[in-house]
Amino acid sequence: MAEMRTGHLEDALFEAREIACTVNGKLYRAMAEPRRLLSDFIREDLDLKGTHVGCEHGVCGACTILFNGQPARSCLMFAVQADGAEIVTVEGLARSPQQLTRLQESFSQEHALQCGYCTPGMLISATALLSENPSPTDSEVRHAMAGQLCRCTGYEQIVRAVLAAADSDGKGGEGGNHA
Amino acid sequence: MDLYRVEDRRLLTGHGTFLDDLSTVPNVHHAAILRSPYPHARIRNIDASKALAMEGVDAVLTGRDVAKMSRPFASALPRQAAYYSLAVDKARFVGEPIAVVVAKDRYLAEDALALIDVDYEQLPAVVDPEQAVIDPDAPILHEDVGTNVALHRTLRYGDPEEAFRQADVVVKRRLRFPKYGSTPLETFGVVAAWNAAEDTLTIWSNFHGPFSMHPVVAQALGIPSNKLRFIVPGDIGGGFGIKTSIYPYLALIGLASRFSGVPVKWIEDRQENLMASSSGTDRVSEVELAAANDGTILGVRMKIYDNVGGYFRPPEPGCTFRPLGNYVGGYSFRNLDVDAYIVFTNKSLTGPNRGYGCPHLYFGLERVVDEMAHKLGLDPAEVRRRNLIPKAAFPYRTPTGGLYDAGDYEACLDTLLETADYEGLRRMQADARQHGRLVGIGFAFGVDPSVSNMGYVDIAATPEERKRRRPKSGATQGTTIQVDDLGKVTVEISTTPQGQSHETMVRRHIAQELGIPEVDITVISGMDTATRSWTIPSGSYSSRFASIGISSAVVTARKVLEKLGRIAAHQLEADPSDVEYVDGNFRVKGAPERSLAFRHAAGIAHWDPASLPPGTDPGIYVTHFHTMPTALPPDDEDRVNSSNTYGFMADLCLVEVDRETGEVEVKKYWGVHDSGVILDHKIAEGQIQGSFVHGLGGAMYEEMAYDEDGAFLTGTFMDYLCPTFLEVPPLETRYVETPSPFTVLGSKGIGESATETVPACIANAVTDALRPLGIEVNELPVTPTKVWNWLQQAQSEA
Repeated sequence: MAEMRTGHLEDALFEAREIACTVNGKLYRAMAEPRRLLSDFIREDLDLKGTHVGCEHGVCGACTILFNGQPARSCLMFAVQADGAEIVTVEGLARSPQQLTRLQESFSQEHALQCGYCTPGMLISATALLSENPSPTDSEVRHAMAGQLCRCTGYEQIVRAVLAAADSDGKGGEGGNHA
Repeated sequence: MDLYRVEDRRLLTGHGTFLDDLSTVPNVHHAAILRSPYPHARIRNIDASKALAMEGVDAVLTGRDVAKMSRPFASALPRQAAYYSLAVDKARFVGEPIAVVVAKDRYLAEDALALIDVDYEQLPAVVDPEQAVIDPDAPILHEDVGTNVALHRTLRYGDPEEAFRQADVVVKRRLRFPKYGSTPLETFGVVAAWNAAEDTLTIWSNFHGPFSMHPVVAQALGIPSNKLRFIVPGDIGGGFGIKTSIYPYLALIGLASRFSGVPVKWIEDRQENLMASSSGTDRVSEVELAAANDGTILGVRMKIYDNVGGYFRPPEPGCTFRPLGNYVGGYSFRNLDVDAYIVFTNKSLTGPNRGYGCPHLYFGLERVVDEMAHKLGLDPAEVRRRNLIPKAAFPYRTPTGGLYDAGDYEACLDTLLETADYEGLRRMQADARQHGRLVGIGFAFGVDPSVSNMGYVDIAATPEERKRRRPKSGATQGTTIQVDDLGKVTVEISTTPQGQSHETMVRRHIAQELGIPEVDITVISGMDTATRSWTIPSGSYSSRFASIGISSAVVTARKVLEKLGRIAAHQLEADPSDVEYVDGNFRVKGAPERSLAFRHAAGIAHWDPASLPPGTDPGIYVTHFHTMPTALPPDDEDRVNSSNTYGFMADLCLVEVDRETGEVEVKKYWGVHDSGVILDHKIAEGQIQGSFVHGLGGAMYEEMAYDEDGAFLTGTFMDYLCPTFLEVPPLETRYVETPSPFTVLGSKGIGESATETVPACIANAVTDALRPLGIEVNELPVTPTKVWNWLQQAQSEA
């Protein structure tokens, strides 16, 4: 609030700091106010519009990114927390729009996206799952993805797409069943 | 690798273009909206001086400014209950917009909200629509109306009194249907730029139609309609009807831009979305059914209290009347009495939401059909069979004026019973009951209306009032196709899709019609009212694409081909009737060596008008507006064909209730759909699955809840529970495909289907499960808390 901006401590809260982070393999240096959300930083300051914002309170998962290899909700983090971090957004999954990942292709083939608004978060979350658990069960997919809301598909096609990309029949492969 | 849909590549790689991704105009500032914390309060004064003094703040717009700069939105209530884009005298629900801050960025705009002092005088609130009408002490929301009844209509078809006199059995139930919305994952977003030099207002938004709201906004703003430009991006992050109701914000942010002198952007946050965007109505109803001993339905009476919240926002009262033509569902009874109250209360406003009025309708109708079957000791499937409209009766005129195009309802029922192994389920249920388990089987059938007729909204008026107005009709959708000089095709659609795969389907069918590869066709979605073809019913709502949208695209392509054929015939010196079109070439019948390629015919239209046949315009740019001749205004008996194609769903589900926790588990759900010819089974399945889960949400989880004093209880996704990956039961879908005679490809809408019957089906199944305890489900959602309380009560009474 404006009235708060009088003291030195408060000034520091609003003073932009330089941060450096790697996003999709590229190093960015930028200024960010301490209160700037990481989701806003990625979308507005880095102009990477693929990360979508659906609730800004950490429930819908649309803004999920890979943060040092782990899925994280960028709307629940501040940009300054990303100083020194390695981030992957949906733009960083495929080598180019013409060379999609197997997961992206199976999302299309299984019709696992309709409006596409939740899709970036879904892809990131499923990518993280498959890197930890290359052949998950149906139930493992659902539990791993339960923090991602979709209002179009009703989820079934997304489960199918993840299982198809995992080369998994949904019953758990050898060594892949962590249930 | 080819992707399944043309939309997919951009959406999978983060290259979609949603509203908040657009680069619009330079120097865009940001709005934040101050909202009422009270359900009902007089606004004595607003002091924005501290906010205005804050660095970075441009302006603060209040209701006083809005009342000076604009008029109330036009509605079926011509002069009363004025509804502006900001509260003017009173706040009438929690979350009602009170003031708008425009600032350099969104963070500053939100900071400034806290510096606005509003002096409120709190008033008592009412949230129950029946209480708002019948309780003499209920506070009145709109003093100039003098009652909380916004509209009251009594409608009578056939001879309901006689039907109830002749009945062997009458069942009557009081039902409560909850307030919920589809909460698209992308919230409302608006950018408005007032151009003072040219007196024009350009508004970018994720509005998905109907574009009948364009003149409504123009009139509210008092600007000529051709100075108001709506632009919609190609990608919209879900809509489900909810984004129709963004239009008051188009006016509000437009006013904010005019007032502050800068372009203004507003992105709704999720809390705003849950408390104040839009939802279906909550409905209190009494539904009464008269039947003969054999289960034949003789007539139905419905008393309805539909809660539209603090103001009457068009297209309401669509929740009540949009399904009017299909009020009898799939049944052949002819006698119906409707007593409908559309009511103001201190809740947020309502509008189209997937299924628009049909989930409410079938919850009432299908609950009493089941209770009638139970009372007569008949099987609920067989009672339904006895009453289904027979296949031979189509096209079938319902008593309320609906003209059902086609369907084989009995085949749907047969398929349903067979697919689900109904007899086996009943055996399993009997066995489970022996072991004390609460297992239930429920049915719900419904007729799924698509392509609403613009005429239905006039049911809000009496036949006498309608005589004094110009009638409304039609269900038009337009397509524009241009073919360039190299034979490449660009198609502009006016259906503003939100995930329904319109680009894919239009490209596929136009490629088939034009006999050219799909890659030669680019489909442009989105909208620009200043430069593209549109008309009043344009947009995506009422499942219109698979009926009228694709019909419009196909007929436009045929017109293009007809013109190219005339050009080719002239070039080939043949009569057009002697020219055939084979494999992308026009050729003279019997002389295939005399031929002209598609692209060469197109080239002539652009490069060589001198070679065109006499009377043919140069260029290939064809717009065709397609309408339905069946979309007529209401008649003097209040009958209206409120939609234009009608699908059918026959649903069955199996549930089990946990005695200890009250939790309901839907073990399996079956749905058989007759939605005409299915254009693409994978996409249709996606639509059905999505609408199934919306219905599931309404039946079991989702409610925009208020306490009795009007406080709003579900302002986050932690409180408003959308189903997740873990809540979705297995769904098995089957199709009966009876072609529609009214559409070009025999197809009809399917995107709203399941959502209309799922709440009724789950309520019937849970009732069946709890029947041994004498518990009926006459209100939704069936949350564990609710069921647990019923179980406790039943136990204490036992």
